[in-house]
Amino acid sequence: MSVIDFFFYLIGAAAIFLLLVFEVIPYPSQFAQITVFGLADGAMYALVALGYTMVYGIIELINFAHGDVFTLGAYIGAAILGLFAYDRNSFATVNLIALIIVFPLVMLIMGGINVTIERVAYRPLRNAPRLAPLITAIGMSFVLEGIMFLWHGPASVQFPDILPHGPGFSATVGGVFVTFKDGFVVVTAIILVILLAIFINRTKLGKAMRATAQDRDAAQLMGIDINRTIAATFFIGALLAGAGGLIWGLYFNNLFYNLGFRTGLIAFTSAVFGGIGNIPGAALGGVLIGLISAYSDSYIGSKWTEVVIFGILIGVLVFRPTGLLGMRVPEK
Amino acid sequence: MSQNATVRKGFLGSRLRLRERMRDRDQAIYGILLIAVLLFPMASMFATGGSTAYISQAAHAGTWVLLAIGLNVVVGFAGLLDLGYAAFFAIGAYTYAFFASTQLGSTPLQHSYHLPFFVMMFLGLIIAAAAGATLGFPTLRLRGDYLAIVTLGFGEIVPQLSYNLPQWTGGINAIGGIDQPWLPAWITGPWAGANSISVLQNSTCRNPLDQSHFIPCFSFAFDPVAFYVLIVFLIIVAVILVTNLYRSRLGRAWMAIREDEVAAAAMGINTVTTKLLAFAIGASFSGFAGAYYGAIFDLVSPDDFLFVVSITVLVMIVLGGMGNIPGVIVGALVIYFVLNTLLPSLASTAESLANTLGMGFLVAQNGDWPGIYAEVQRMQFLIFGLILVLIILLRPQGLFPSRIREQELKHSAVQTEASAVEEGARA
Repeated sequence: MSVIDFFFYLIGAAAIFLLLVFEVIPYPSQFAQITVFGLADGAMYALVALGYTMVYGIIELINFAHGDVFTLGAYIGAAILGLFAYDRNSFATVNLIALIIVFPLVMLIMGGINVTIERVAYRPLRNAPRLAPLITAIGMSFVLEGIMFLWHGPASVQFPDILPHGPGFSATVGGVFVTFKDGFVVVTAIILVILLAIFINRTKLGKAMRATAQDRDAAQLMGIDINRTIAATFFIGALLAGAGGLIWGLYFNNLFYNLGFRTGLIAFTSAVFGGIGNIPGAALGGVLIGLISAYSDSYIGSKWTEVVIFGILIGVLVFRPTGLLGMRVPEK
Repeated sequence: MSQNATVRKGFLGSRLRLRERMRDRDQAIYGILLIAVLLFPMASMFATGGSTAYISQAAHAGTWVLLAIGLNVVVGFAGLLDLGYAAFFAIGAYTYAFFASTQLGSTPLQHSYHLPFFVMMFLGLIIAAAAGATLGFPTLRLRGDYLAIVTLGFGEIVPQLSYNLPQWTGGINAIGGIDQPWLPAWITGPWAGANSISVLQNSTCRNPLDQSHFIPCFSFAFDPVAFYVLIVFLIIVAVILVTNLYRSRLGRAWMAIREDEVAAAAMGINTVTTKLLAFAIGASFSGFAGAYYGAIFDLVSPDDFLFVVSITVLVMIVLGGMGNIPGVIVGALVIYFVLNTLLPSLASTAESLANTLGMGFLVAQNGDWPGIYAEVQRMQFLIFGLILVLIILLRPQGLFPSRIREQELKHSAVQTEASAVEEGARA
């Protein structure tokens, strides 16, 4: 283990040690409560981080617009759900039907939008120097934020609260107050990640994506249609981001047009933390960053959380750019 | 000698012609800008009957031009993608605000300084350069995208820090009441008889070495023409400095690193020092632009140094032509004009257009429709994003590209095919 790796793990161990001594042992139930919230948060960041990591792995582009795809999915979901006459106070059948309809619908819509963005803004620049698609991605991020700003303005948007909530749907397990929403978020995220893993590892298109990520030219020589594969990557990334947006809306019930920027940066930090281009790494990184941000919110103060997260980002990139589980990008 | 020149005339001659063309276009742009800058105040005061509003706007635009020149050093010359440039701007502005206002009196330090602007400009420059080197040092090994993200993170941390430490930085309430630049009364010049600038005796200009005594001075006192002259002077100095850097060994080292770092290192260029210097020098421009900004704007708030500022400066240099100094200046002026004059006026243009076209019903508010004026106003963000995307898709090399960049971007596809054909022919 090199010196830098040792230093990196030392900082992590020191943080965990301080956390344990000062917070976990004196107040274990509070710690568990924060952990539950952090896991829910982390699940959502993981879903968005997967999109970032897949796109970076395959075309080495940081898709700045991905966070805004996430938010736009939530906005569209809110609009669609607004059409249903759902029941706010109890979990009626119409709520369940609305949920079942809106999830695949929003995911497919966001998939289509992302594929269009890739076709229009990124594909013409595939051979250009790195700066060009990066700036286009930032531009598309502004375009999407502008669309959302135009749609609902700067005020926050209410997302319909159709998940069961209230006294009947929560439990106190060992001093920790767990609600249905927490469980829903974590379970849905796990299901989606498992589906993604199956797709990547067992299907032909998944194999094509892995091959293209490893060596684009060799994949082309093997007869893989690069354009279709890259489009599929963007599509699947947006499926996850759209689902993540819906989950965010269902959990927090509150959206604003700028949400994508911050969430995107945090999700990208998670992707880098876990190892960019590495799909289990992104999921792991998402959960860890969710936990860290929850602990930081409670123990250090929420005004410092962003600084902590970006500090982690800078620290990881400087000391261990391959991330926790190792980077999987095309080798030059 | 002439024999050799004739023999190699094809290659050497074309290179000379290329250089002459490049010189001509760039010199032409400089000439036009210089004449425009000299004539602009008189023309605007003539056209508006003595109002200095346009001059004040031009002075603000000048700040962005300085920023663009600085970022051009980092991104255009050295090829280091910096998405957090606003952080150095903030550092320069806050440095000036700390040392030239009553701010430090209300911090735990309990003692306020009032150093003169022209000293603070250099101090801001040095502190920003130090910050640039500090940012550059851990990022030396990073490739382009990662460097972008690290600088982005740094650019987010700095305003966040200034929000979070209100005892020092005023937090969200910002720092106001910043001293105006002043010249000591013994430097007389054309400003001596001006209406708005007269000699101030007491209680304004403190002796830098003995802060409790005042000296007679000419204070800028919010006069737009004074600020305009100052910024033009600063820009001219900056352009001369940057052009000299470009033509020096350091400039060529930057270009070598931009094109191929490994080859540059193989040629004996110390990449560490060169990159650190790129960051430091680029940041120093931002530092003294920040000091100027604090002086002219009189208010230094963390809201002015968010990510959108960094991106705007990046758009300016990309539009102008990265790596090309006159192009960058033109790009900065164009984007400033678009953002501050064109986009805000779109709303009223749309309104009058709707009225003249007989679609007056769009003007009034009607349920969810807020009226075409408010609607177009809301679209500014969207339009800015579209401009950004369209610039890159349609003309990625910018308005006045440096020749190398133009070749890279326009002909990259042709070059790959050509080299593939060559490989095939050779094999």
